[in-house]
Amino acid sequence: MSEAKILGTDDEQLDVSGKTRSTMRLPNLDLPEEDRELYCDARPKAVAPYRGVLEKFANWARANSLWILGFGTGCGAIELRPLMTSRFDMYRYGIQPRPTPRQSGVFIIGGYASVKTLKRIVRSYEQMQNPKFVLALGSCTINGGMYWDSYNTINRIDHYIPVDVYIAGCMPRPEALIAGFGKLKELIRAGKAEGANQYAENFDWYKANQKRIIRDWNMPDYNW
Amino acid sequence: MNPVLLQIIYAILSLFVILNWGLILGGITARITARVQGRIGIPVWQGYIDIIKNYFQRTSVTHGIMFYLGPIFRVAGGVGTYLFIPAIFGSVLFANFHFAGDLLLVMYFIFFGQLGMALGAGESGHPYSAIGVSRGLSQMTAFEVPFALSVIALAAQYHTLSITDIVAAQQGGIAHWTMVTNPLAVVAGIISFLGMTMHNPFSVVIAPQEIPIGPPTEYHSSFLALLQTNRAIFNVAKLVLFMNLFFGGATTIWGMLIKTFLLYMITVIVGVSFPRFRVDQSIRFFLRWPTAIALASVVFAIVRTQLF
Repeated sequence: MSEAKILGTDDEQLDVSGKTRSTMRLPNLDLPEEDRELYCDARPKAVAPYRGVLEKFANWARANSLWILGFGTGCGAIELRPLMTSRFDMYRYGIQPRPTPRQSGVFIIGGYASVKTLKRIVRSYEQMQNPKFVLALGSCTINGGMYWDSYNTINRIDHYIPVDVYIAGCMPRPEALIAGFGKLKELIRAGKAEGANQYAENFDWYKANQKRIIRDWNMPDYNW
Repeated sequence: MNPVLLQIIYAILSLFVILNWGLILGGITARITARVQGRIGIPVWQGYIDIIKNYFQRTSVTHGIMFYLGPIFRVAGGVGTYLFIPAIFGSVLFANFHFAGDLLLVMYFIFFGQLGMALGAGESGHPYSAIGVSRGLSQMTAFEVPFALSVIALAAQYHTLSITDIVAAQQGGIAHWTMVTNPLAVVAGIISFLGMTMHNPFSVVIAPQEIPIGPPTEYHSSFLALLQTNRAIFNVAKLVLFMNLFFGGATTIWGMLIKTFLLYMITVIVGVSFPRFRVDQSIRFFLRWPTAIALASVVFAIVRTQLF
C-alpha cells in the first residue's frame, strides 16, 4: 500500500511553534518497526475557515448535505434504520447514508461505546475529512447511562472525540434524532460546528485519553 | 470571430446545459424512486448541494499520482464522449466537434473513463475498490458485445459511422427511426444501455450494501465532487448518443430534453422493478439473449440492404 500523503499540509507551518520537524511528527511507536514507514506520520492540522460570504455559502451547503457514516456503534444504531424508511424519510432533509468514512461527514455514536468499539470509532472518525460532525445518541454517550460502572464501556464519548450535538434519552426515538439533525444544521450554519479543528488543536489530549483506554493500540497514531 | 474559438465557446455552453440537465435528471429520478417507495425523497437540486459541499471540504488525502489522475480520466471520458456527439440535429450551438467517424471515437470514450478510473482506484489500495473494478470491467466487456454488434448493424444499415449522418437518415417522422426500421438492434442496444447506466439489475459494480461503494471507495472531497460532476455529464452524453442512434435524434432542445428523459425512465423503471444480478449472472445474461438479438439485427440489416 502506498504511503498516504496529506494535501495542503505544509511543513513550515508545522514549525511555527519553534519545535523541530522531527518532534512534530507522530512517533507511531505502537506499530512494528518495519511497518512504520508504510504509514503517514504527519499530525492533523486545523484548517481555518474562509471568511465572510464564502464560508456562509459553504456552511449552507454543508448543512443541507449531511452524509452519515453507515456504522452502527451500539444499540442506538437500531434507531438509524427507521430514518431511511418512508415513515421518517431523512432524505428530504438532505441526510443520506454513505458506506465509507472517507465520503461521510456525520458520525452518529449510537449509544454506549465499548472499549473494542471505541478503537473502531477513533479509526473511522480520523478517516473522515474536515469538516466532520458527531452526533452522540442516547444517555450512554453523555455519562455512561445504565452502563456507567461497566468494566467494558466508556462513560463520556467527548473525552475521545469532539461531539457537536447530544441527543439524550434511552433510547431516543427517530424523531429525536431528526430534531438532533435540525440542531446540528443550526450549528453548522452558525459556523459553530468545528469539531474537526478542535480535534486537531487538542490532538495530544484526545490521543492520551484514547490510549489510556485502548490497550492494544496496533494502529498508527493518526489514521489518515 | 474566429470559427474555432466560436466552436469552443459553443461546446462549453452546450456542456454547461448538459451538466445542469444531468444533475436535475438525477434529482428527478431520485424523487420518482422515492415516490415508488412511498417517500418524499431528496430535493431535486440535492445533486448541486452535494457537489458544492464536496468541493468545499477542507482536507483531502491522496495515495499517489494515479489516484489524482483517476477522476481526471473519468471526467475526460465523460466530457470527451459528449463533445463528439452532436446533441441537437441542425443546431450550431449543440453540434459539438462531430466528424465522419465520430461513432467509433465515442464508443472508445465511453470505456476510456472506466479504464482510467480502474487505475486510479487501484492505487488507492482499498480491497473493495479492486473488487469493484474487476466487477465493473468484466460487466463492461460483456455489455460491450451486444452494443458493438448493434452499432455494426446500424453502420451496415446506414452505410456510415457518422452520428450526424445516422440522425439525418432518420429524419421525417417516426417511421424512419431506427426503432422502427431495425427494432432488433434497438432492443439489443437498450439492454446494453441498461448495463452501461449501472442501475439495477446491473448495479453490482457500485453496490453500497456489499462492497461499500466499489471503485470510488477511497475517493472523497473534491475528487468525489469531480466524479459526481462527471456522472451528470456522462449520463446525459450516453442518453443523447442512444437518442441519436435509435430514436431519430432531436431537432430542438425541448425534443432533446423530452426524449432523453423518457429514455432515462426506461432504466429507472427497470431499476425499481428488478433486483440485482450477481456479476457472473449479468455476464451470462449479456452474452446470451442480447448478443443473439444483436447478431440477428446485423443479419437483418445486411439482408435488407442486399434485397432493397
